Amino acid sequence: MDIIIDGIKQAFILLFTLDPEVLGITWLSLEVSGIATLISLLIGISVGTAVALIQFPGRRIVISLINTGMGLPPVVVGLFVTIFLWRNGPLGFLEILYTPEAIIIAQAIIATPIVMGISLAAIQHLPANLRLQIMALGATRLQMVWILVKEARLPLLAAIMAGFGGVISEVGASIMVGGNIKGYTRVLTTATVMETSKGNFDIAMALGIILLLLAFMVNAILTQIQQRDRPR
Amino acid sequence: MNSEKTILDVKNLQVKRGGVSVLDISHLEVPERKILCLIGPNGAGKSTLLLALSCLLKSFQGEIIFRGQMVGSNHTVFNYRRNLAMVFQEPLLFDTTVFENVASGLKIRGMGHDEIRLVVADYLERFGISHLVDRAARKLSGGEAQRTSLARAFAIRPEIIFLDEPFSSLDPPTRESLMEDLERILRETQTTAVMATHDQMEALRLSDQIAVMNQGKIVQIGSPAEVMNNPVDEFVASFVGMETVFTGPVTKMYDSTFVVSVSGRDVEAVGTVAVGETVVCFIRPENVTLSKGTSGEATSARNVFPGKIIKITPMGLFYKVHLDCGFPLASYVTHLSLENLSLREKGDIIASFKATAVHVIRKEK
Repeated sequence: MDIIIDGIKQAFILLFTLDPEVLGITWLSLEVSGIATLISLLIGISVGTAVALIQFPGRRIVISLINTGMGLPPVVVGLFVTIFLWRNGPLGFLEILYTPEAIIIAQAIIATPIVMGISLAAIQHLPANLRLQIMALGATRLQMVWILVKEARLPLLAAIMAGFGGVISEVGASIMVGGNIKGYTRVLTTATVMETSKGNFDIAMALGIILLLLAFMVNAILTQIQQRDRPR
Repeated sequence: MNSEKTILDVKNLQVKRGGVSVLDISHLEVPERKILCLIGPNGAGKSTLLLALSCLLKSFQGEIIFRGQMVGSNHTVFNYRRNLAMVFQEPLLFDTTVFENVASGLKIRGMGHDEIRLVVADYLERFGISHLVDRAARKLSGGEAQRTSLARAFAIRPEIIFLDEPFSSLDPPTRESLMEDLERILRETQTTAVMATHDQMEALRLSDQIAVMNQGKIVQIGSPAEVMNNPVDEFVASFVGMETVFTGPVTKMYDSTFVVSVSGRDVEAVGTVAVGETVVCFIRPENVTLSKGTSGEATSARNVFPGKIIKITPMGLFYKVHLDCGFPLASYVTHLSLENLSLREKGDIIASFKATAVHVIRKEK
């Protein structure tokens, strides 16, 4: 019991004294996962919308692939990104293994299918005639897609939350492609794993609380946007 | 009366789904500033025809000629679409306010903010929903939502509007009031309309022309009176030919009754109209009594016309007798009456009906 109480005490001390190392780790986590989520939004929403709207041969297979991708195990992604970025791997010339960029790539790969799958479902879920109605209002193709995306904004915001939530909390890929290098690629999850294995439960718990708070704050902000937009 | 100009001319329109023909229209002309109703059972191809006419179908064959110009290449399809509006059975409103919904077509066209406000206010007013301007579309009742959808369609001031069963999901009183408003606004704005419905009363009320559809084809097209009184085949007869419809000018007006001149015969009817107006009326066959002489119960009716029997059709428990009284008239009789009156085709008979049996569908100036 003492471990827990001491842990929580220590955690709050670290938090309120704004420990520079903890702050650095937190900031890097936000930055890396934020950028990865942005990339996944660009690719996920556009491809998801396109697949939802365009009929083409093999569409069903593509949709099942996307849905499977929503449950992509981070360690598998970590493994493949490591292989690709390895010194004599296909993308080894980039020399970005064990850098924050490598984590961003791995996390973007994890988040993209999540965002894509939810976007796809969100657009498909709109009434079938809505597209025709928008076309009949004289919209260009681009205007139509924009209006559809606006119509699906609530589930699309859920896609952002799911994507961000998925990557900020993942540890397998980050540790494999980032290497948990102190002050460089150490993020909240990898640091938590390391401190726990070292028996530093207080620091681990502090990092865990920060992680929870972070996830809560980002989701609270997005929920605020989501709900504010609904006219009464 | 407006001159009969064709706004939309359709030739050899064909739509196939999975190799099966679902629409096959050899020729259809939509007269400008008129209301054309497409009626037919579910699956007759009404919605498909509307989608094809508005170029919203992915693949179809045939020619659509709008104001003398063939709608073909991508460019002209887009330009053509900007001249039309479409209202579906479901309101399909955007998840925002009523104002934004009605403004959406105008925003798509890049209209300025101040002008949009004026146009939107105008059409909200016309459809009687000005008080809902800031309401969320999601919170509207069925009738309010369909009014918003119609206002959105009319706000872009289309030259032609396609309506796909716009009233069918509304309850009768809501439907009634919306139909009145729609008819008024269509006439006020002189918009050409093509409306699909499976309700023949709706079609009778609104249309200048009725096209009866079955299995992807137009089986008959003409004025309501033509289609109702002279159905071309049994399908049309069973679907629409339920009433006797006639059109004529009001020649006299009494306290509550008036006289319509129908092919030179005076028909008395009840209602408030003005002398000089042209009215479209119908009489249900069950309200027309047949007799051999002018004595007895028949004399209590205001309208008594001698006529000839054209055709007798068995309709199960009763017979439908088609008459020529100088204008076409139909009556239902039982088998007993058929024998008692010894009715036969080409025989003479006297038809009578009360003034209250004549229902005014529509008035025209």
